[in-house]
Amino acid sequence: MEGFLQLLLNGTALGSIYALIALGYTMVYGILRLINFAHGDIVMVGAYAGLFTALALHASDHPTAGGFLVVMAAAMAASALLGYLIERLAYRPLRNVSRLNLLITAVGVSLFLENLGQVVFGATPRVFPDIMPNVALFQSGELSITNQQVTVFGTSIFLMVVLEWIVQKTKLGRAMRAVSHSHETASLVGIPTDTIISFTFVLGSALAAAAGILVGISYPRVDPLMGVMIGIKAFVAAVLGGIGSIRGAVVGGFLMGISESMVVGYGSSTYRDALAFAILILILIFKPAGLFGKYQPEKV
Amino acid sequence: MNSNLKFFLTLLGVSAAAQGLALVLPPYFSELFTLACINAILAVSLNLVNGLSGQFSLGHAGFMAVGAYVSASVNVFLLFSLHGNPLGDQIALVLSLLAAALMSAGAGYLVGLPSLRLKGDYLAIVTLGFGEIIRVIILNIQAVGGARGFIGIPTTTTPFLVVFVLTLCVLLTHRFIMSSHGRALLAVRENEIAAEAMGVNTTYYKVQAFVVSAAAAGVAGGLFAHYLSYINPSSFDFMKSVEIVIMVVLGGMGSVSGSIVAAFVLTFLPEALRPLQDITHVDLRMVIYSLALILMMLLRPKGMFGRRELWEMLKLRRAQKG
Repeated sequence: MEGFLQLLLNGTALGSIYALIALGYTMVYGILRLINFAHGDIVMVGAYAGLFTALALHASDHPTAGGFLVVMAAAMAASALLGYLIERLAYRPLRNVSRLNLLITAVGVSLFLENLGQVVFGATPRVFPDIMPNVALFQSGELSITNQQVTVFGTSIFLMVVLEWIVQKTKLGRAMRAVSHSHETASLVGIPTDTIISFTFVLGSALAAAAGILVGISYPRVDPLMGVMIGIKAFVAAVLGGIGSIRGAVVGGFLMGISESMVVGYGSSTYRDALAFAILILILIFKPAGLFGKYQPEKV
Repeated sequence: MNSNLKFFLTLLGVSAAAQGLALVLPPYFSELFTLACINAILAVSLNLVNGLSGQFSLGHAGFMAVGAYVSASVNVFLLFSLHGNPLGDQIALVLSLLAAALMSAGAGYLVGLPSLRLKGDYLAIVTLGFGEIIRVIILNIQAVGGARGFIGIPTTTTPFLVVFVLTLCVLLTHRFIMSSHGRALLAVRENEIAAEAMGVNTTYYKVQAFVVSAAAAGVAGGLFAHYLSYINPSSFDFMKSVEIVIMVVLGGMGSVSGSIVAAFVLTFLPEALRPLQDITHVDLRMVIYSLALILMMLLRPKGMFGRRELWEMLKLRRAQKG
């Protein structure tokens, strides 16, 4: 029983990271109908930005909450800028061409970031600075809750609440919802669609960077290809919840994290990466709209 | 001349010429040439799905892996009694390639039937997923070496056979487009809903193209395995699929000759860029590739040749002159 609870707990912490990344996929898909293949690599860039900030500030010498926040803010800013640039330079010129071309461009951007990362950061994995030493807050037999797990979970929930507030309560959020509904109608009522799309990328990329830092803290290792698998799993989480739906991305993220933790705990860890694809294929065949998505029939 | 006779004479003539060329060229270029032809088979076969039927598959390396492993297993475990003399080796290779084609076609059917109901980006992700699942399964089969790879495959692939398969793929694709099946496929590409309204069984034609494409990829995988004598699941990962997609996209989606030209360029380019690595001391080749892909999409989205073929362009030029 304790083993099961521990797996559940690990899965929840992992799932909150997936959920943060899945939010970026779902927002971009909602507004552009594009699977942003490069999103996982933005997570990687965020993690490296955090790593270099932490090294520059010597944040691991005296781990404090302030240091954690500064590292987090720097990484989010760097990734937000990257997300903006990607949208501005690679996706915006293709706004009116076929979606297949946009998809290929996204694959290209993803490859570019991965390979440039290998050149700039080096191909070997690096240890993430210990800006938050692991301390068990609660211990009972095999079960332990650590401060890292609490931080990961707390940060994710906090960011999700902020996102929900932005999307539902602010003027920008209302504009985002309008643009995702229809670009043309939104621009007719005076919404600057391009600015709103840029803003969506900035927001999604900042969340991705936060996820990157959380990955860096809990698995103290970053490498230029870390975004590939984590990005695919988060994407599956977004599809599981119903792509385009913010609530769905969060639920999908947690489901994904918990089921992965269970497969590793009770099954074989060699199949852990195949699990994501198996889930994806089953959903797409049986319930393509996901748990919370709306089914949209194709119109001529 | 009878068109079937012409077909076979072309096939044999081109293959024999290639064998001669490979004997004349220095070994280094001969090896590159053979690998380029194997890549060209992959690109031409993927072009059938990504270019001619307008779908988007990102899992071609998975079918290549099925073909490579099936042909290697058949040849090593079942047909070892044929080995020893050149003729027996070639017969064993051809038989194992046929087995590879059959198994890859089967895999293509199993993957294609459920996933071709999806479109665009979803199809891309699902085929990516199937490709990875195939790789993970092979990784867990100890009989074929698992993560250590499959060693000791007889190196019996000849330039003649590779070019023979490539030419066969090109000629068959060309004939396929001209047939009613091919026309139906082009109709699906242009507008799936309109095609369906005209009575084209879109699922049937899409799955058919997918199965044929998978079979050809399997043969390419078999040739690859029998050329290098060693295969490893990591040679058939997502990056290999992407590499084939890049060939198709750069060459022009829908252009068979474009795929071949792009496959040759992309096989020789990394070698040509080797001196650059001596200057920069880092491997910039993949960075240049990906940048080329993005720039191509931004500046010339239809690829080098668009949907036209090399021979059509030559004919057009000759007509303009005359």
